[in-house]
Amino acid sequence: MPQSEYVGISQVTGPFILLEDAGSDAFFGELVDVRVPGGVTRRGRIVSLSEGATLVQVFSGTDGLIPNDTRVRLLGRTLQVQLAPSIIGRTFNGLGEPADGCGPVFGGRRADANGMPLNPMARQYPKDFIHTGISSIDTLTTLIRGQKLPIFSGNGLPHNQLAVQIATQARLMGSENFAVVFAGIGIKHDDAEFLMRELSEKGRTNNVVTYLNLADDPVIERIATPRMALSAAEYMAYELGLHVLVIITDMTSYCEAVRELGVAAGEVPSRKGYPAYLYSDLASLYERAGVVRGLNGSVTQLPILTMPNDDITHPIPDLTGFITEGQIVLSRDLDGKGIYPPIDVLTSLSRLMKDGIGKGFTRDDHPNLASQLFASYSHVQDVRSLAGVVGEDELSKTDKQSLAFGGLFENKFLKQGKDEDREIGQSLDMAWDILSSLPKGDLTRVSLDEIKAHIKNQ
Amino acid sequence: MDSAPNKTSTDSRTGFVSMINGPVIHATGMRDFGMREMVHVGDMRLLGEIIRMDGDEATIQVYEETQGMRLGERIEGSGEALSVSLGPGLIGGFFDGIGRPLGALLEKEGMYITPGIEAPMISPDRLWDVTPVVAAGEMISSGALLGTVQETALMLHRIICPPDIEGEVVWMTPATKVSSGGIIAKVRNALGRIVEVPLTQRWPVRTSRPYRERLLPNEPLVTGQRVIDGLFPIAKGGTAAIPGGFGTGKTVTQHQLAKWSEAQVVVYIGCGERGNEMTDVLEQFPVLEDPRSGRPLMERTILIANTSNMPVAAREASIYTGITIAEYFRDMGYDVALMADSTSRWAEALREISGRLEEIPAEEGFPAYLPSRLAEFYERAGRVVTQCGENGSVSIIGAVSPPGGDFTEPVTRHTKRFIRCFWGLDKNLANARHFPAISWLESYSEYASEVEDWFQGNVDPKWGELREKARAILLEDEKIQQVIRLVGEDVLPDDQRLVNYTAFLVKNGYLQQAAFGSDSYSPPAKGFAILDMILHFYDRGLELVRQGVPISLIKGSDAVEDITHLREFSSEDKSSFERARKKLDNHLNRVGSERTREEGGIK
Repeated sequence: MPQSEYVGISQVTGPFILLEDAGSDAFFGELVDVRVPGGVTRRGRIVSLSEGATLVQVFSGTDGLIPNDTRVRLLGRTLQVQLAPSIIGRTFNGLGEPADGCGPVFGGRRADANGMPLNPMARQYPKDFIHTGISSIDTLTTLIRGQKLPIFSGNGLPHNQLAVQIATQARLMGSENFAVVFAGIGIKHDDAEFLMRELSEKGRTNNVVTYLNLADDPVIERIATPRMALSAAEYMAYELGLHVLVIITDMTSYCEAVRELGVAAGEVPSRKGYPAYLYSDLASLYERAGVVRGLNGSVTQLPILTMPNDDITHPIPDLTGFITEGQIVLSRDLDGKGIYPPIDVLTSLSRLMKDGIGKGFTRDDHPNLASQLFASYSHVQDVRSLAGVVGEDELSKTDKQSLAFGGLFENKFLKQGKDEDREIGQSLDMAWDILSSLPKGDLTRVSLDEIKAHIKNQ
Repeated sequence: MDSAPNKTSTDSRTGFVSMINGPVIHATGMRDFGMREMVHVGDMRLLGEIIRMDGDEATIQVYEETQGMRLGERIEGSGEALSVSLGPGLIGGFFDGIGRPLGALLEKEGMYITPGIEAPMISPDRLWDVTPVVAAGEMISSGALLGTVQETALMLHRIICPPDIEGEVVWMTPATKVSSGGIIAKVRNALGRIVEVPLTQRWPVRTSRPYRERLLPNEPLVTGQRVIDGLFPIAKGGTAAIPGGFGTGKTVTQHQLAKWSEAQVVVYIGCGERGNEMTDVLEQFPVLEDPRSGRPLMERTILIANTSNMPVAAREASIYTGITIAEYFRDMGYDVALMADSTSRWAEALREISGRLEEIPAEEGFPAYLPSRLAEFYERAGRVVTQCGENGSVSIIGAVSPPGGDFTEPVTRHTKRFIRCFWGLDKNLANARHFPAISWLESYSEYASEVEDWFQGNVDPKWGELREKARAILLEDEKIQQVIRLVGEDVLPDDQRLVNYTAFLVKNGYLQQAAFGSDSYSPPAKGFAILDMILHFYDRGLELVRQGVPISLIKGSDAVEDITHLREFSSEDKSSFERARKKLDNHLNRVGSERTREEGGIK
């Protein structure tokens, strides 16, 4: 296919350049190469097209472009990712180009990185419990194969450690056909180093594919990075039959890139300067998780985002929470108490949990037990605030029991080692054990039969 | 139907793409096209709708992804406004926001929805047993019942004469099989022209369907959810909003209502929400039984899905597609419940398109016409006398997803103006896993007094009285809670502790209801029995407290604690309720008599 090249651009604004006469050669969303003589080639994409004005968004920035000398070549294709079995084990940059010095990927095919919406009828409702070996997650915010469950964290909290522990301990995925796709978006060199080292050393799988856009890489590339990773994940899941766990960090950097781009394009901003379409844009990523009827593989997403100022109502966690199937929220308070993993179970939630636990999945008593733990631990918070006012000594007997329960819950149940892998049965028994410190009249969520079966000294 | 221009058989109108900006494109050569006309855009034949005309140029919102489109590609008209097909074959169907059947798309193109894919909403080859009701020679007018089709075991599909046809029937189909694409009658109209009446009719989605007159909504739409039926009931033909931040259970509540509402037809619109949620409905409804007929729920359900990753323009249309289908079944004399999850995504779609059109934004970037669009939508609900003289209703239950759970944001605020039933979801209740997390303080229902007569006549004459009492206790408890948070429970007088404890029973034994298991559907009589028992405990308890019996004795028994487990019983299990009540009375009598004896002893 002949590729047209144009010399000269009429405008450079932020990451955008304006071309006057690409005319009907170009198509919407087409990829272009932009270069000045003697300079490196930069990649760009057509974001708006009209007679006499073609707007191109340049991924690696527009510094040094000389309007009269700039050459723009239409590539005749959209943003694509190379898909072949041999991508497994490789590391790519944020635009999907090999970054590990092992040369290009041979064979396979190229696919549009934006993907296409999955027909809801093609989906299969995710039901398979993923064992993570972490009591608070397995019992209270159960991870399900095909789920998108983000970790809402804050700066300085051990979200990377937790992600590694989940990725290395995750089971019922079958170790043979299990793979991890790791997408780093605007992350620090140190974090990238830590995650890649831990995943390859501790992991039971060598099936890791990495797409890396580091903090000092071009911001606009961040728009492409998760799409590359998810296209690879979908390919590995639906074509190679692997169960893929996608870890994306940090979604906050991604959203900021979207905002930067929106502002540069002069769009009307919505909340906190983020564009109005941030919801749709995030959905186009998060919805690329799931299980397809009749196919073997699955895509499970574990995106990590750092909440600006630990504010869960900030647009990034807020919009994410509306799209994802729950969230695991990390608490600075628990972290301060030295509890790892510092999961705030009350604000955490797994929407798919209801169908993946209980009889035939984990254990019969799991649903009611989880509900009881939430109710009792939620009451602990009320008692603690009361104790803050009147002092612990003035509390009634039942309130004191509640406080004691809270302590046990945090220090025995939530707290566990960074390599400690607890069986689900073990976690549930531990929960009953802790609950037995409360009076029976407070246990309204579990049935009378369950109380009889699991609480010894009534 | 006047909004659509007449389709000519040799449609030579062609426009050309002149600008592409995401889902909004401009085209030239559009002088002969109609405003709001559906068009096919470009070589991929993407569906679009004309939303602005300016001389030769039109602005088109495209319902599919425009990536790959070039300038100069052709625009072709369809001759009608965005319309849906209405006829037998809708029930149990699963459509996208613009009415394409997702099942047929899956068969045609596989697991992804590819741009430009088309399939008729109702397959024209499907055959139906039509039973004619009118005969040749009869005069009919719009809204007349022409014939019936037993579509599913639950659904007798009534074929109604479309609004624009009247005159003398010159031919009527005999009782036979007719294909969806076939005609069932021919009518000579006032001009002497013969008009064919198709089995499957078309209707533009943005136009509401006509009816004869509106009725007062005084019959409840029984939902099987205690907090709704008991405290904040909705009427048939009513409107309700369920606002709540993420994780508060909007979707689960919507699913519950779709499952158990006493409606003959349920239209469920998944608007900009998760794909898996639609899959969940799709997998559950064919196996779940309608509690009244015992038939699979899917036999009365129609699903519309525009999930969050599907193109945004079709999200805007999905609400109208759904309500039009709902009105069509209403016109047959059925009670239809429509769930829209979530109307915020629809409002955001309006905002997104408005932004691309560079309109001047009003609050938080939403277009200034947001309130009027909301009003138009909610006003399409109602209980009416249909054109064929039957009573039918459309009830709308819209979920609202306020950013950050803040109910003062524009969509929630404007929605509140146009609905009469507000079920506010509370983050704290959800965190404590109190579900449904409908706040008893913030919620309200303007239908409560209108439907009270029905409950008193059909469930128990004490219905209204108990409702008032329960609400009063919950309200008083809220004040007591504030004191408890400051000084603790122990210093309160016993009568206040009794209120506090009764409220605990109401919350845990009555208001809470699991979405799964036997308690998922709770008929009004069961809820009444539980509430009656709790308030009976309160009345007796208050007597005892006044006699000086300490609260710890009154509540310190299995008989009282068991009240929170009453909901585990099935509603038919009357003996269990009686046993529990006897046990409670025995306990209270004993506590009372011990006290009397003690007093006797002192004397």
